[in-house]
Amino acid sequence: MRIGSPMEIWEYLPGTNCGECGEKTCLAYASLLKDRKKSLSDCKPLFEPKYADKAHKLMDLLAPEVREVKIGVGARTMTIGGEDVLYRHELTFFNRTALTYDVWDTMDEAELRVRVKEITDWRKFYVGEFLTLDAIAIRSVSDDANTFAACVKCVAEETDLPLVLCSFNAEVQKEGLKTVSDRNPLIYAADKDNWSEMLSLAKRYKVPVALFSQDLDMLNSLAVTFSSAGIKDLVLDPGTYPTGNGLSESFSRFVQLRRAGIGEQDKQIAYPLIAVPMTAWQVLEDALEASYWEAVIADTFILRYADMMIMHSIEPHSLIPERTLVANIYTDPRRPVSVDAGLREVGNPTAESPLFLTTNFALTYYTVESDIASNKIDSYLMVVDTDGLGVEAAVAGGQLNANVIKETIDSHEIGKKVKNETIVLPGLAARISGETEDATGWTVLVGPRDSGRIPGWMETSWPPENVS
Amino acid sequence: MPKEITLADIVDILEEYEVIELEDVSIEGEIELEISSDGAVPTSLIQLLQSMLSVVDKQLETTLSTRSSLIQILQPAQLPQLSVGEMKVQSLVPAKFEVAKAEWNGRIEEVTIGATSSDGGSRGNVVTIGGEKSLPFYNFDNQMPHPPVISVDCFDMPIPLAKAVRGYYDDVMEDPGEWAKKNVQEFGADMVTIHLISTDPMINDTPAREAAKTVEEVLQAVKVPIVIGGSGNPDKDPAVLEAAAEAAEGERCLIASANLNMDYERIAKAAQDHGHVILSWTQLDINAQKTLNRYLFKLGVPREDIVIDPTTAALGYGLDYAYTNIERMRIAALKGDSDLAFPISCGITNAWGAREAWMKDSPIKEDSDWGPAAYRGPLFEIVTGLTLGIAGGDLFMMMHPKAAKTVKRVTQMLFGAKTDDDKAIGMEDWVKWRPEK
Repeated sequence: MRIGSPMEIWEYLPGTNCGECGEKTCLAYASLLKDRKKSLSDCKPLFEPKYADKAHKLMDLLAPEVREVKIGVGARTMTIGGEDVLYRHELTFFNRTALTYDVWDTMDEAELRVRVKEITDWRKFYVGEFLTLDAIAIRSVSDDANTFAACVKCVAEETDLPLVLCSFNAEVQKEGLKTVSDRNPLIYAADKDNWSEMLSLAKRYKVPVALFSQDLDMLNSLAVTFSSAGIKDLVLDPGTYPTGNGLSESFSRFVQLRRAGIGEQDKQIAYPLIAVPMTAWQVLEDALEASYWEAVIADTFILRYADMMIMHSIEPHSLIPERTLVANIYTDPRRPVSVDAGLREVGNPTAESPLFLTTNFALTYYTVESDIASNKIDSYLMVVDTDGLGVEAAVAGGQLNANVIKETIDSHEIGKKVKNETIVLPGLAARISGETEDATGWTVLVGPRDSGRIPGWMETSWPPENVS
Repeated sequence: MPKEITLADIVDILEEYEVIELEDVSIEGEIELEISSDGAVPTSLIQLLQSMLSVVDKQLETTLSTRSSLIQILQPAQLPQLSVGEMKVQSLVPAKFEVAKAEWNGRIEEVTIGATSSDGGSRGNVVTIGGEKSLPFYNFDNQMPHPPVISVDCFDMPIPLAKAVRGYYDDVMEDPGEWAKKNVQEFGADMVTIHLISTDPMINDTPAREAAKTVEEVLQAVKVPIVIGGSGNPDKDPAVLEAAAEAAEGERCLIASANLNMDYERIAKAAQDHGHVILSWTQLDINAQKTLNRYLFKLGVPREDIVIDPTTAALGYGLDYAYTNIERMRIAALKGDSDLAFPISCGITNAWGAREAWMKDSPIKEDSDWGPAAYRGPLFEIVTGLTLGIAGGDLFMMMHPKAAKTVKRVTQMLFGAKTDDDKAIGMEDWVKWRPEK
């Protein structure tokens, strides 16, 4: 989408200001469409036959610069690509890098099922939700069609995650595809040698296909060939070399492809990109070293334009940083990451339970909340609106001060529930304890600097001696 | 929607006619057949085509107007004109990939830290950072002039460290000189940062002149350029850094740091009077960074004596803000905003603030197993470092030796330095890679 002004969108909207989309005017709606905060489906009248031309025009106009491709079916379908900018501060990135982990067809079946289940079920709590993984890549190590098909069948039984079928052998691919064609898997990959057979497979089974070539002319040629044959759900792999100069060249290919797609609007290659950090395992023998290096390559290409990537290590030390980085980079920078101010109850607090105070920076809030909850401390948690800043920054910037605390107590009628009239300030806000006491008239205690230490603090400091 | 079925598809279907269930075949609308050939079609194919069509005929409810023409094509008289080989898409559409270089107006200041005897110091070497005319590692636009540099931290007193880090420093914590030496000799640090944290009135309140002695010790212990850090106490730091700058006269150290909440003028003056570079530190605020830098210009600090620290937040704990803040600053500088065109220093050791870096188990019961903290911690530091390196960082202050080594290695590779560990592999061979048991 390359739109300078909402007016360019507005001229194709019905212009009736009907309000069905939730906005007062079509122009207001147009400006939200421009920021991709609303979608065309919110405008119901647009889909009346009389607006058909306009609707088509708008779909073209609003299509993202990089094609959006869906892989898989059902609740865990993954959508990749669909990006409009080169740098997240220019708008936001939309579809997070899909983290795909491998299994292979020479695995022992029991082992295979366990691994698939681990990938499928993995989760890590972060800012109010559980992070999960995105897909499973099934590699044909055997290069035998039946072995591969049996493996694919087994994986499909065990998971609802999207699947990536990996083999350059079209015969092997075909047997795999037959097994799971209803799962809309990605086939990896067509290259300069097998493209014709892969094209037929992609057409017949109507599945997305990855194209591989480190030669960008060849990659471009493959993409044009496939798209002119009607296969447009493409993912491009310009090759991930794990070390040395090869890594530097891989980096440059990813940047140049995305620059052409977004910066220069070259539609021929404006497809999602796939990186393969697991090439690290081919050059490093020690498993820990290889898993570290794999994470390093993953980091590089999460930042520079891979829309999905395939990795091997499913050790927690790999998954946690890789998935956390994706969560960070794909957080919408336009929104302060904040929660609502007010009073929360953790567990079953009574009138004598402690009242902890924290800020509405989501990361701070969820960290404190989960620390209290998982240690089963029945308590109240008062969330102060600090414009989404953490405690330390909010104290320094003045967003967390005695008056804001008093206003929060008053507007949420916190005194009605917390009879002991005592607030536990975060240790990092110790310096406003005096003024808070003066402004509120409540007793103010200073808690630990890290909410992870609240359990220890409870043992020594709660209930306070001067509270009956 | 009308769909087109090409002859290539039909051939493919026929090839495995026996295994395809025809109830899965749906043909709607037109069938296009374009056959031009002077080759021959095997009889077996004709039979398959005909049998398929008869089945298709039974299956389809809609009229197949094209069927008759298909059958017509298959009349014996025309058979010699058909060739299986040419029924597929024969050749790739030729295409050339082209993309322009990015042209920027701005250039990042080049800053040298350290002074050898020829420049009135006693360092064995100097370190130069900055000078970029493109985004980091975008060598296809312009070759990056200097690779990022790693400075390994040491402190003027024993400090609490995550278990995974502590083991490396247990034997040197009481002796900043030995600590600095270990950073260089064992961990390959390009530079050493001495943090004078004991000077904080809330800690030991070590007097400034004693802190200056620690700086002298470190300068004697190592030959690499050094960074001198205060305790972060805005009231005490000016005096501490003043004394340290004097003690390190002529060594062109990086003095860390000046910020808006303190008497930055005093620190800037001390750095200038004694021949040092100043670190201009702000907290995740691009406008504050511009403001502070302008104040430094007004005080007469030359541009080649400024490095900026826009603040590092750990992976999972605000790294997105730090990343975007640095990336925005670097892009603004390349676009010509000279207020921001300075090399960037990042306190990567902050990564250890993430609980995932050090905590034994997850405090959240529903989490999948976190595995050994000893493996997680270094990766949190590595990912924080490399991420900010790709955003625009030039100097990384780090702590875990393995993390420092890994960030150094990958940034050297991306920079384009010659490395000897470039084992040759095929980029597609991972598909058949067999893990060892």
